[in-house]
Amino acid sequence: MNHALTRAAIAAALTLAASGAQAADKIKVGFMLPYSGTFAALGTAIENGFKLYVAEQGGKLGGREIEYFKVDDESNPAKAAENANRLIKRDQVDVLIGTVHSGVAMALAKAAKDSDTTLIVTNAGANAITGPLCGPGIFRTSFTNWQPAYAMGPVAYAKGHKTAVTITWKYAAGDEAIGGFKEGFEKAGGKVVKELSLPFPNVEFQSLLTEIAATKPDMVFTFFAGGGAVKFVQDYHAAGLDKTIPLYGSGFLTDGTLQAQGASAQGLLTTLHYADGLNTARDNAFRADYAKHYNVQPDVYAVQGYDAAQLMQSGLTAVKGDFAKKADFRSAMRGATVDSPRGPFTLSAAGNPVQDIYLRRVDGLENKVVEVAVKKLADPARGCKL
Amino acid sequence: MDISILLIQSLNAFQYGLLLFLVASGLTLIFGIMGIINLAHDSFYMIGAYMAFALGPVVDRWLGGGFIATLAVCVALAAVLGYFLEAAFFSYLYHRNHLQQVLMTYGLILVFEELRSILVGNDVHGVPLPAWLQGSISLGGVMTYPVYRLFISAVGIAVALLLYWVITRTRLGMMLRAGASNREMTGSLGIDVNKLYRLVFAAGVALAALAGTIAAPVSSVYPGMGNGVLIICFVVVVIGGIGSIRGAFLAAMLVGFVETFGQVLFPSAAGVLVYLLMAFILLCKPEGLFKQG
Repeated sequence: MNHALTRAAIAAALTLAASGAQAADKIKVGFMLPYSGTFAALGTAIENGFKLYVAEQGGKLGGREIEYFKVDDESNPAKAAENANRLIKRDQVDVLIGTVHSGVAMALAKAAKDSDTTLIVTNAGANAITGPLCGPGIFRTSFTNWQPAYAMGPVAYAKGHKTAVTITWKYAAGDEAIGGFKEGFEKAGGKVVKELSLPFPNVEFQSLLTEIAATKPDMVFTFFAGGGAVKFVQDYHAAGLDKTIPLYGSGFLTDGTLQAQGASAQGLLTTLHYADGLNTARDNAFRADYAKHYNVQPDVYAVQGYDAAQLMQSGLTAVKGDFAKKADFRSAMRGATVDSPRGPFTLSAAGNPVQDIYLRRVDGLENKVVEVAVKKLADPARGCKL
Repeated sequence: MDISILLIQSLNAFQYGLLLFLVASGLTLIFGIMGIINLAHDSFYMIGAYMAFALGPVVDRWLGGGFIATLAVCVALAAVLGYFLEAAFFSYLYHRNHLQQVLMTYGLILVFEELRSILVGNDVHGVPLPAWLQGSISLGGVMTYPVYRLFISAVGIAVALLLYWVITRTRLGMMLRAGASNREMTGSLGIDVNKLYRLVFAAGVALAALAGTIAAPVSSVYPGMGNGVLIICFVVVVIGGIGSIRGAFLAAMLVGFVETFGQVLFPSAAGVLVYLLMAFILLCKPEGLFKQG
């Protein structure tokens, strides 16, 4: 009897000691983001957003200190598996945060699944990540390529457009965005008469612009980002097409590119899950704090990074910082309502945000919100068996 | 495709071909005459574009500005850069094998990209069009054509004619051709081949920077902007025959037409058509369309 008591006491003491030691350990967060190349600025914004939220919580999430590991993924899918394994195997991170490029993110999701590491995708919109690749440990705080593009469909049809031509780079993100728009537009009653594309990352649009001029549709829907977006909008304007055939796009057409696009982008309508001028208390506070920390205005990428930290916080709070309860941590994250600067959102069963998509109009250097294009839009998560 | 559209597409192709030639001419010069595989050529293109962005306002302030002044300053600075790079790095590469050349020039790409990131940052920037080239011409009511694109074409043609003239009609050109075909013999005739090569390299870098500077207002400047250009330039140089200005011009035109019409007529195969063209030409003429000169 006495013996049993002692044993129980020792066991209890050991457990206490173990959990105490664990609480003292830092939680390892691995950023796999582009720090060089075309998407370098996006990677930095995501990291800044994440760290801003952690700083606002006094440097801790769920009462645990955070230790950061970083890998530059160079937006290079060929190196993605190797880079992911540096964080997973070498640094043994608890949670992976990344990335921007969809091809890299898909390899990252696969590596995370194979090693049962929790992953929060902070930009890459590949439908597959919360589709066929979905898993209990895979989350996303951004969007699917399908989401913002789909939302433009009913909006454009309501403006009286019956026929549309689409144009994009011939790669997964472009195809998925065009697919989303086509679904939304044709469900509303419109018709996509021609789908134009060019190899990624070519920016010689002139022949396709001529093709658009010859086809004479009611409108054009496009998906381009970064340097390609700048050049496409400028070339479309220079070709005089914007006077006769209005251009609409997925929000990345005018995000982070307005300075470079100048006058040619003014008045453009795009759809995205974030916008300037939301003017909610939550967004204003976030923007002020971000500007104070980093001396630049936040963008949608910063929001996605910030929300990844918020999502982690809700999971860690639910398990009181005990990361050993991995399943509880994950189910708490999946059930969380994230109080995002973009507006509160929940997660779908597949782990993708169920969120409002805004219609925005370019005004000066801002994408001003016009209205909510589609409320609480959930990605269909085709191919996900969760 | 009716006739007016066909004509506009031909103009597009011609115009794109000239832009390609502008970038590829410097590459064929360095590759053909000096025998160096210069992967960093795209960095020089990028440097030209970033100089247009960064130096435009500075030139405006100090020299009273103007687009041509900016262009001249950028090209001159690029030539100086090329001159020193040749002395510091490339002059050690002539007797090395191609693998070592590839390694070093690839290293230079990384260095230039990082410097760009440190100096200018990673944002996309626009470069304003010069006011006097801002107009556009109406093309049969179908669409309008920006004057600036025609200006690029004009510069492309001017560069082609100038290079052709220098290489085939001048004493300097004669020395260059001699140096390319037999370096030792040319040296023993009392011609300073090292100095000659340094000039060629400076000219090649200046040409790449010129292309970048001129393309900047229509393409905007962004990280990694040269990457896409490099591959297609090598295609042009290889199709045209290494070192041949005439060949590069013809090849650029061919590639321009194949890309432009391929995108419209066979969109799903647009990405591979140019490479099929290259494979086909290399099968028929392994040395490219033209020999050096």
